[in-house]
Amino acid sequence: MSRPNAAVVLVTGVTRFLGSSLAGRLAATGRRVIGVDAAVPDASARARLADAEFVRVDIRDPRIGGIIDAAGVTTVIHASASVAPVAAAARAMIKEMNVLGTMQLLAACARSETVESVVVRSTSAVYGGSPRDPAVFAEDTTPRAGPPTGPARDAADIEGYARSFARRRPDVQVAIPRFAEIIGPTVATPLTRYFSLSPAVPVALGHDARVQFVHEEDAVDLLEHLATTPFAGPVNVAGAGVLTLHQAIRLAGRVALPIPMQAMDAVSTALKLARIKGFSTQQLRLLTHGRVLDTTLLTQTVGFTPKYTTREAFESFAASLRSAA
Amino acid sequence: MNWMDAVRGFADFAKRRQDGDYEVDDFGYDDDFTRSVMLPPLKLLAEKYFRIEVIGIENLPVDGPALLVANHSGTVAVDAVMTAAIVADRHPNHRPLRMLGADFVFDTPVLGPLARKTGSTLACAADAERLLRSGELVAVFPEGFKGVGKPFSQRYKLQRFGRGGFVSTALTTGAPIIPVSIVGAEEIYPLIGNIKPLARMLGIPYFPVTPTFPLLGLLGAIPLPSKWLIEFGDPIDTSGFDAESADDPMAVFDLTDQVRETIQQTLYRLLLQRGHPFLG
Repeated sequence: MSRPNAAVVLVTGVTRFLGSSLAGRLAATGRRVIGVDAAVPDASARARLADAEFVRVDIRDPRIGGIIDAAGVTTVIHASASVAPVAAAARAMIKEMNVLGTMQLLAACARSETVESVVVRSTSAVYGGSPRDPAVFAEDTTPRAGPPTGPARDAADIEGYARSFARRRPDVQVAIPRFAEIIGPTVATPLTRYFSLSPAVPVALGHDARVQFVHEEDAVDLLEHLATTPFAGPVNVAGAGVLTLHQAIRLAGRVALPIPMQAMDAVSTALKLARIKGFSTQQLRLLTHGRVLDTTLLTQTVGFTPKYTTREAFESFAASLRSAA
Repeated sequence: MNWMDAVRGFADFAKRRQDGDYEVDDFGYDDDFTRSVMLPPLKLLAEKYFRIEVIGIENLPVDGPALLVANHSGTVAVDAVMTAAIVADRHPNHRPLRMLGADFVFDTPVLGPLARKTGSTLACAADAERLLRSGELVAVFPEGFKGVGKPFSQRYKLQRFGRGGFVSTALTTGAPIIPVSIVGAEEIYPLIGNIKPLARMLGIPYFPVTPTFPLLGLLGAIPLPSKWLIEFGDPIDTSGFDAESADDPMAVFDLTDQVRETIQQTLYRLLLQRGHPFLG
């Protein structure tokens, strides 16, 4: 890390906004950057990649180890870990990519002699979020109810692999940023789709969750910061402040449509039949109780303050909704 | 003109809600909503209906943290709501009272979000410490359901004070403890019975039977107009204790007992002072 220009960085998931922006940004600082993905980046991702190299390889493929060794990769940024599937159909595939991909990638890192630091993207979903949990989660908070099934469970498994990798290779620094929902004008996530539902957005009757967001640019900036900062362990990442779900829906210029939780599956089916995408009961369950992250570690120890507050991040996304309409 | 201001104030409020232009804190406390919607009718209820007499409001710090520890009674936690309304109204800085509630509250639709909006959070050490460290006035009712749900015959007899978790929190954060004694809430819904199977079915801690409820239906849910007194006692300084005291069961137990005794003695004194429960 003392010779940043000698650093060789491997970034995963470069067909997506986060991976491609990060790879392009790091390449612009004179480092050698190798972006990998199982798919070929589209034109916009390619533009964001800029000077970074692209190798089409699935991280579950043993060839990934060969790439790391051949290039003498020093820093691995696993930006595609714990991504949320946009469509329900892709769910099984994403789970496989997320969990098994991370396992394989970390196995390759464990064999490597050049890797000095690894950043594994995680999500605040690992905290679960039940009404019996404290209002604010610090990195060392143990949730009352462990993460439920689905993507949150996968994220917890991924963190488990990252921790056991860190134990096996104490010489490698492993940072695990736990992102609140990433939002902005460019990213597409289940949540951006949810807020795009027009004109009414279904919410659970009698509930109003506290939600937090990270702006997509802050997410890229933080991953870049972690690539060059000595820090190991999990760290919460969220824009300052809190919104409630109803408030966010108003800010997006939508109307909240309260539906009893018991009828939610029926609504979900009806919307699917009407070919309206972007709504799942599971998604909504995550938005029933909400969670807030303590970002003291991020600002004090890691030394990173997001430029956008939670509200500014959401407003930046809401503005893009309005211009698209 | 006063009513013009009121109309304008309400129009501004409605506009802010419509645009989503308001702020909530990490715990979900919505100052705008609490002060514009919740407090005005509660203040009316406190002053005109329960005719609450407030003693020792000057014992609350002007700013900075304090842990208010109060007795709990009345079948439904009206006493907590009234205490919060009184503090927001009578305190020179109109400080919000951040209350710690049972997990059952936050599990319940409508009630859960409403409790958060008005400044409550889950009664757990993590939340209590965080609030005190950020300098808030925090209120706790250590008797919990044993207090609110006790039969009328047990009125003004303090129940067990939990495990003294509130004392540990005060010692850890160095916040002063202020004993709060509430007289009057016991008579609003005199609890004479509990339909246990119904409570189990509804998933609530108890199903209250009062002389008027469920006999008179919703009408029976109107609280009786008892006369209330709320006394904020002398602050108990905890800054003299060292950090280890929070983990010392004896120190915690002693302090818990001291707070409990203070409230119990104050309750007896206030009861004499009040006289008749309804005419007082």
